[in-house]
Amino acid sequence: MTGKMTVVEGSYAVAHAVKICRPNVISAYPITPQTHIVEDLSQFMADGEIPNCEYINVESEFSAISTLVGASAVGARTYSSTTSQGLELMHEVLFNVSGMRLPIVMTVANRAVSAPINIWNDHQDSISQRDTGWMQLYAEDPQEAADMTAQAYRVAEDKDIMLPAMVCMDGFILSHVYEPVILLEQELTDEYLPGFEPEHILDPAKPKTFGAFADPSTYTEFRYLQQKGMDAALEKIENAADDFNKIFGRYYGGLIDTYEAEDAEILLFAMGSVVGTIKDVIDRARTEGVKVGLVKVRAFRPFPVEAIRKVVKDASVIVTLDKNISLGLNEGALCTEVKSCLYNTDINIPVIGFLLGHGGRDIPRRNIRMIIDKAKQVIRSGVTIESEYADLRGELI
Amino acid sequence: MKEIRIHGRGGQGSVTAAELLAVAAFEDGKYSQAFPAFGVERRGAPVTAFTRINDRRIRLRSQIYEPDYIIVQDPTLIEVVDVASGAKPNGKILINTEFSPDTFDLDTEAQVMTIDATRIALDIIGRPIVNTILLGAFAGATGEIRVESIQNAVTERFPGKVGEKNSQAVLEAYQRMEAV
Amino acid sequence: MKITIGGVVEPGTTRANKTGGWRNFKPLYHKDKCIKCGLCSMLCPDSSVHEQEDKYVIFDFDFCKGCGICANECPKDAIEMVLEEK
Repeated sequence: MTGKMTVVEGSYAVAHAVKICRPNVISAYPITPQTHIVEDLSQFMADGEIPNCEYINVESEFSAISTLVGASAVGARTYSSTTSQGLELMHEVLFNVSGMRLPIVMTVANRAVSAPINIWNDHQDSISQRDTGWMQLYAEDPQEAADMTAQAYRVAEDKDIMLPAMVCMDGFILSHVYEPVILLEQELTDEYLPGFEPEHILDPAKPKTFGAFADPSTYTEFRYLQQKGMDAALEKIENAADDFNKIFGRYYGGLIDTYEAEDAEILLFAMGSVVGTIKDVIDRARTEGVKVGLVKVRAFRPFPVEAIRKVVKDASVIVTLDKNISLGLNEGALCTEVKSCLYNTDINIPVIGFLLGHGGRDIPRRNIRMIIDKAKQVIRSGVTIESEYADLRGELI
Repeated sequence: MKEIRIHGRGGQGSVTAAELLAVAAFEDGKYSQAFPAFGVERRGAPVTAFTRINDRRIRLRSQIYEPDYIIVQDPTLIEVVDVASGAKPNGKILINTEFSPDTFDLDTEAQVMTIDATRIALDIIGRPIVNTILLGAFAGATGEIRVESIQNAVTERFPGKVGEKNSQAVLEAYQRMEAV
Repeated sequence: MKITIGGVVEPGTTRANKTGGWRNFKPLYHKDKCIKCGLCSMLCPDSSVHEQEDKYVIFDFDFCKGCGICANECPKDAIEMVLEEK
């Protein structure tokens, strides 16, 4: 890695990255554990460190994202950040953003949803926004969350894409951790991220209609074109990561990243900060001769179907780890998606899913180890349980 | 990798202590990581914070269950929190108290050490704020970190007179523990 | 015609959509009763009643849908709705 490291809070690293990306309009409503990001941005604004930018204070997350719809439509580079109930409150507008093809970038400091009220980390909030037409990228550590912000703008604002992006970072675990980070470099970022120059802007001097009505004769084609944008984003996300590597010398994978996956019999799939813990467990298990590897899913939307098919084909068992659950299916989203992308192919590998780390429950190494042991059993005797909690406290139920 | 757990009460600066420890360790040329046991923060409520120090980049994101070192900022916590939980047998538990280590009957093989950080704080800083002082004591008791790095982290975080006094108190605690 | 990204459309599309054909009734103007108050012009939902320089009005039958609001609101009954002869 190049650049000078400093010990900062994860939230600061992200707020700093936002500043360096030269936003024109920021609008957000504070909510734990996103608060430090917007506090830091407010401080930058107060100190005059973000030129040509307006921070618009609002009374709710619904207003924050609505404000950015207008701002983005006039050609501003826009930013927001939220989590949990705040993100759910934005839900309706999220569809408008993606349908109007406004490349808003938003950090989601992932947190569980109520009820019962819980301020701690899991992925239920962003996963519940899966079908809103936003790209979703998941970061492993503060460095990646910061760098991913620049990558997200680059992909979102590409004229072939023009889709909004959520940069998801685990609340508290990444937003509140202090560790050495290379803060995004202004000069390199200016080289990496061109200014936002949309094809269409709202301008009273040259009026246009955004968010027009589409009756049954055209609506289908709108949706089709949104999907085409997502399809095109697959390659652009890879390119954005490669180009970032060329300029900054930092790389975290494109759509996915792998760790010890080449000869792995057991292939774990995960997103977010738990990836780091899993890597440590894999190192230990490898010294004991367990052939285990990892696929880190960086892009959950668009979902990297082809990349996953390529990387899993020699595995004996696939194991997904999910910090979310689809109630009524008893599976996490990663489990469902990974299974679905293997169907109708000649790949026939058993997939088992584990639910863990919900509502901030800590994920110690021994839990990952237990999951690997269960995967070994599947290799020996096949699938008995398709999806289950890995950290259920039986004594409470 | 060395793992440190800090016990305190909301408002005593446990999270700041963990952070400053990470900053100081980084200045020493190590990788570091500091994070709180994210509670719903209230003044006076028991708070836990963690620091990891390592020669390589730290990827582990779980809480710390078997710490090498434990710092207890407030001795009254011992009655309500199992502060020695998971302590390594060759580890050290540093308690802020006027009493001697044998006063405490902790269920652990780890070495219990004490320092009257509150006294030092009142004498030098003039307020009973002990978080930075315990970091000086930690440096003296463990040798894991240079006291200069702690002092630099403290003065950088608290510029001016406050930082200077804290830095002086850090050194005082360091010298006392180093002599033990 | 292709859909633009985000479905952004140029202005003036309503001009191309002549809604005059939707009419069943049309306004008949009794200029002798008109006091030039301008209410009909103000209240027309389709901007199809245009005030002239002398403040008397003319109707734009390309877009008048024959809703009758002008006739209903006229304080002097200077506008009468009559059956459209198609």
